[in-house]
Amino acid sequence: MLGAVYTLLPVAWVLVATSKSPRELFTTFSFAPGTGLLDNLANLSAYGGGQFWLWGLNSALYAGVGAIVSTLVSAMAGYALAKFRFRGRELLFSGILAGVLVPGIVLAVPQYLLMAQLGLAGTRWSVILPVIINPFGIFLCRVFAAAAVPDDTIEAARLDGAGELRVFGAIALPMMTQGLVTVFLLQFVGIWNNFLLPFIMLSDQDKYPITLGLYTFLSKGAGDTDLYPLIIAGSAVSVIPLIALVLLLQRFWRADLLAGGLKG
Amino acid sequence: MSTDVVPASQAARTARAPRTRSTRHRARAATPWLFASPAIAFFTAFLIIPIGYALYLSFRGYRVSGGAFGRREETFVGLENYATALSDPEFVAGLGRSLIYGAIAVPSVLGLALLFALLLDHPRVPGRSFARTAIFLPYAVPGVIASLLWGFLYLPSTSPVSYVARELGGSSVDFFGYPALYFALANIALWSGVGFNMIIIYTSLRSVPTEIYEAARIDGASERQIALRIKIPLVTPALVLTGLFSVIGTLQLYSEPATLRPMSNTISSTWVPLMKIYQEAFMNDNLGGAAAASVVLALGILALSLLLLRFFQRRTFGGAA
Repeated sequence: MLGAVYTLLPVAWVLVATSKSPRELFTTFSFAPGTGLLDNLANLSAYGGGQFWLWGLNSALYAGVGAIVSTLVSAMAGYALAKFRFRGRELLFSGILAGVLVPGIVLAVPQYLLMAQLGLAGTRWSVILPVIINPFGIFLCRVFAAAAVPDDTIEAARLDGAGELRVFGAIALPMMTQGLVTVFLLQFVGIWNNFLLPFIMLSDQDKYPITLGLYTFLSKGAGDTDLYPLIIAGSAVSVIPLIALVLLLQRFWRADLLAGGLKG
Repeated sequence: MSTDVVPASQAARTARAPRTRSTRHRARAATPWLFASPAIAFFTAFLIIPIGYALYLSFRGYRVSGGAFGRREETFVGLENYATALSDPEFVAGLGRSLIYGAIAVPSVLGLALLFALLLDHPRVPGRSFARTAIFLPYAVPGVIASLLWGFLYLPSTSPVSYVARELGGSSVDFFGYPALYFALANIALWSGVGFNMIIIYTSLRSVPTEIYEAARIDGASERQIALRIKIPLVTPALVLTGLFSVIGTLQLYSEPATLRPMSNTISSTWVPLMKIYQEAFMNDNLGGAAAASVVLALGILALSLLLLRFFQRRTFGGAA
């Protein structure tokens, strides 16, 4: 319970601080509510012509599209690795496992240069494409396909004349749903929280995701304490949807998959 | 049409799919590759090629050729970039700072996660699901925003701690000085990471058959003894995994110090290795140097991960007697 107090404290603080006018922020006790809630929210919306909400939409777009495609790609690869015996399987799997250990962020600079050569740097593609490959997601999908999809079912479907794609789409995918939700959530949160990749790739402020937007806010606000309430309000507003998402999807969340993967 | 003699059981299939057995066999062999092909394509494009490109760049650099009016030319420079990176005091100091930070952050995140997981697994604990959700919640908060939140809690003019200290007649608490800064940053990592790691450890605790605990209880073991002697050894694989991810994350520290930088002048623009790499690549236009530094960092992470795995493997399997 002490842990809960510790984790909730900053969240409580930001919610309270959102309600303060600039003057109150620096003069009253931190956890005393203020009077500027609506003003702060109105200022936030007005900043840069509603840029803040645009950042939110960008984040949702990058994380949503990236995570869905990534989950599908991982599911297909995991299914292939779990349910087929073929030459090169072990090699492929070890390669992907090694990919888990590669520190993703170190790749960002060469990825930027390659994107620049393709003329894609600075576009929305440049922040979506690199996050589609998720070696850990493939690893999890393999574990889950092996556990959740019985060989007999696949064989029976083949005998009934279903093509391989149909077997995968109509039979294996639904059986893997729970695991896929976990992979999707992990990747969604991962992309939403990613900072360095968009930081390097994007230069147009209108394409920024919310993390990068708030960061530029703070850089500008360093000498200008009037921006602080805006930053605080922005943080509060951007935390709320993620908290809602976690609470909503908690029921589907299969963390035992993560733990189970260790034994596989 | 196929002229093969087909067993009765396969006749129906052959009739529906007018292919010979050998082509069908070939199609079956290609299927897994087709399923894996998008993953392989992305893996190649965004992991293998960038790694190769980084290695290539790390051996390239600019040389001025042909005297005072010569052109700057990009050429092969051997290990020069590596020598420069490793002898650069800022880069080495950055590595040192990440290691100090990691030495504080990783054990405290794992230790606290283990403690919380064990407490949640205790048979009589009030408010279990509330506590679990609350502790997990910060996982969903981006590092940048977590740093902003804590940054304001540290900043003397907005910090509640400093406020109380001033009211009591003291002065503001300086969270951005040394060595407090390390703890301030480690605290952000702790806040963000403890819940995720706790969940992984907790679920691996739940997968242990309860009979083991009952047998231990009948033998007269206390809850604390059960936790120390049975539960902790059983969750070691989970600890190794979470430890590995924490170490990888530590050396990639970037967004937290970068976010706190405007609030404090203690954090230089090259405070951690990644900030240095970013500066070399994009401010100083020194791609070779940045690539070499990236390779050094990646090798460091790899070496540390392997060391960790080796160490725990020995403890888990070799230390049984």
